[in-house]
Amino acid sequence: MNSLSQYLELYRVNSADIDNHSCAVMNDARKSAYELLCDAHLPRKGEEGYEHTDLEALYARDYGVNVFRMNFRADVAASFHCDVPNMSTLLGVVVNDVFRPSRMLLERLPEGVTFMSLREAAESCGDIVKTFYGSLADGTKPSVALNTLLAQDGVLIHVKRGVKLEKPLQLVNIFNSPTSLLALRRVLVVLEEDAEASVLVCDHTQTADTDYMADEVVEVSLARGASLNYYHIEESSARTTRHAHMFVRQYAGSRLSLGSLTLTCGDTRNEYSIDLTEPHCEADLSGMVIGSDNQHVDNNVSLRHLSGQCRSNQIFKYVLDDNAVGNFDGRIFVAKGAALTDAYQTNRNLLAGSSARMHTKPQLEIYNDDVKCSHGASTGQLSEEALFYMRTRGIPEKEARTMLMQAFMADVIDRVRPQELRERLHLLVQHRFAGHRGASCADCSSSCKDDLISPIAE
Amino acid sequence: MNPVLIDVKDLHATVEGKEILKGINLTVRRGEVHAIMGPNGSGKSTLSGVLAGNPAYTVTGGSVDFHGVDLLALSPEDRSHEGLFLSFQYPVEIPGVSMVNFMRAALNAKRNYLHEPQMSATDFLKLMRQKRAIVELDNKLASRSVNEGFSGGEKKRNEIFQMAVLEPQLSILDETDSGLDIDALRVVAGGVNKLKTEQNATIVITHYQRLLDYIRPDFVHVLYKGRIVRTGGPELALELEERGYDWIKEEIDG
Repeated sequence: MNSLSQYLELYRVNSADIDNHSCAVMNDARKSAYELLCDAHLPRKGEEGYEHTDLEALYARDYGVNVFRMNFRADVAASFHCDVPNMSTLLGVVVNDVFRPSRMLLERLPEGVTFMSLREAAESCGDIVKTFYGSLADGTKPSVALNTLLAQDGVLIHVKRGVKLEKPLQLVNIFNSPTSLLALRRVLVVLEEDAEASVLVCDHTQTADTDYMADEVVEVSLARGASLNYYHIEESSARTTRHAHMFVRQYAGSRLSLGSLTLTCGDTRNEYSIDLTEPHCEADLSGMVIGSDNQHVDNNVSLRHLSGQCRSNQIFKYVLDDNAVGNFDGRIFVAKGAALTDAYQTNRNLLAGSSARMHTKPQLEIYNDDVKCSHGASTGQLSEEALFYMRTRGIPEKEARTMLMQAFMADVIDRVRPQELRERLHLLVQHRFAGHRGASCADCSSSCKDDLISPIAE
Repeated sequence: MNPVLIDVKDLHATVEGKEILKGINLTVRRGEVHAIMGPNGSGKSTLSGVLAGNPAYTVTGGSVDFHGVDLLALSPEDRSHEGLFLSFQYPVEIPGVSMVNFMRAALNAKRNYLHEPQMSATDFLKLMRQKRAIVELDNKLASRSVNEGFSGGEKKRNEIFQMAVLEPQLSILDETDSGLDIDALRVVAGGVNKLKTEQNATIVITHYQRLLDYIRPDFVHVLYKGRIVRTGGPELALELEERGYDWIKEEIDG
């Protein structure tokens, strides 16, 4: 008996309904996922790669699953604190695990770009979904199989060959449910040859007093010469658990800029798995974690150089206060034959409170001589010297601390490419350190609340 | 005689349990310039650190009256707000904090303390421009991180620039001449002289007489083994330049 059994039971009882509210491509993948899960268990704390996160315990809780795809009223205007206003984006919202496009999205999505529900996409552009769904994720991982077993819908982002999307696509994930809920989120991003796009994903919680869990699998395929900026900002409640996988496969000359920003959360584990499969790929990963209270943030990176002449660079920074616990587990793998590899990894952490804890495990696994690789990890406290200097200029200690913590994150934010987003992030981080937990919708000038299509009645 | 600005009485201080200051007495009046000289390890930088409130030092005795305020009871930031300024021997680099944000935070904190309204962005930038001119500080440095990548001369100029912005009543210049070439020294000293009024005062801590050619002291004190062992006029500095510190050491150590 383990935590998976409740989900297997749920599937057995409801498999017909799950299938009825989904699409053939997703349904076809369930059977093997089910078989795999019957003999599997979720990693417990202490197992390799899970030294500080207990998946078994996270999934053991009794969450509801929205099998019948009921439409919860997502009163976005009342709750959704869009922290990236003034940014002109093409917006789609996922309420729990149901995709709702904005009106503007339907009208203004440029030619050659698809941004829609996976279930609908299976009908209108079935080949892409069929080709890529489940092909990039590691289906042998029980937690991925669980998502495949129960996910009924998701989001497809597809950019056709040579199309360079100017406006960023924004995907806002919101939890809204009167009862505790497990949301199974699935995203498929496919960029064809020489396509370019920026995707901004924001996680929010509408009601802070309910337990939620997001189980997310994102699959990304970047064809030859494609370029993707993908930024994820998490601002969820203390009672939200997030377990997310992202699988990226890059082909020749493709470029990925990935930003992972955890501003507020409950218990978060992000797993990034990036494969550079052909020459001249570039992958830049920037991670930022601001933890306070009892937050727990675990970032796990596996960056594999499977082909030579590729470049990767990772920088992850954590600032932890109060009883927050952070974990960084980063592995660079250089395959035999992957010559002329450039791979760098940096993890720097600041413990602002004496009870905060940080665990870091940088790893290099190199099966090749002709490489340039480095990794470095450090964990320290604020510079007493700098603090004193600032205080002699009249800056109060608390403010000086905040400024130093913010400054610590500056280089990570400066790596964010769209300038509007970069400026906004500096402000968000400033607010976060000043104790704010997200701006209210009232202060937000984004038109997203007027822009959303009202819920469609079942 | 001008009123007393700072009155240090029998000040004792330790660092990591070791007594460095062993009873300092020093009275500075408004409008005066005092030089504190002394051999290495005599306690000069400790004195400036203790007056500025560096938490690394522990005051074990004595008192400091700063225009009627008990200085030792204040936090470093409040000492600044009350009009104390320390120019660091080694100004600290703060990557990621821009000079502009740093100065704005400092100025606004002071105004807040004095219950004055915050400065408008326009007035602030105007003030920055004005004060930069005093030490010929390049505009480009203002947009950079505090002291990051500044040359030795730029760092010291930046200290005097900050002093000009904050308009302190008492400025302590800790080894401001160290690491400066003669041109930079002239600019820095010129800045200090421009800021001198009948209302404020300056304590110059230095090894060498050289700086005192540019910033003329009214009094020269010799600090040795944690005590001020001799006080005189500008001529004392010249005598030290000529004879060194050994004769004083011999007199004291007997």
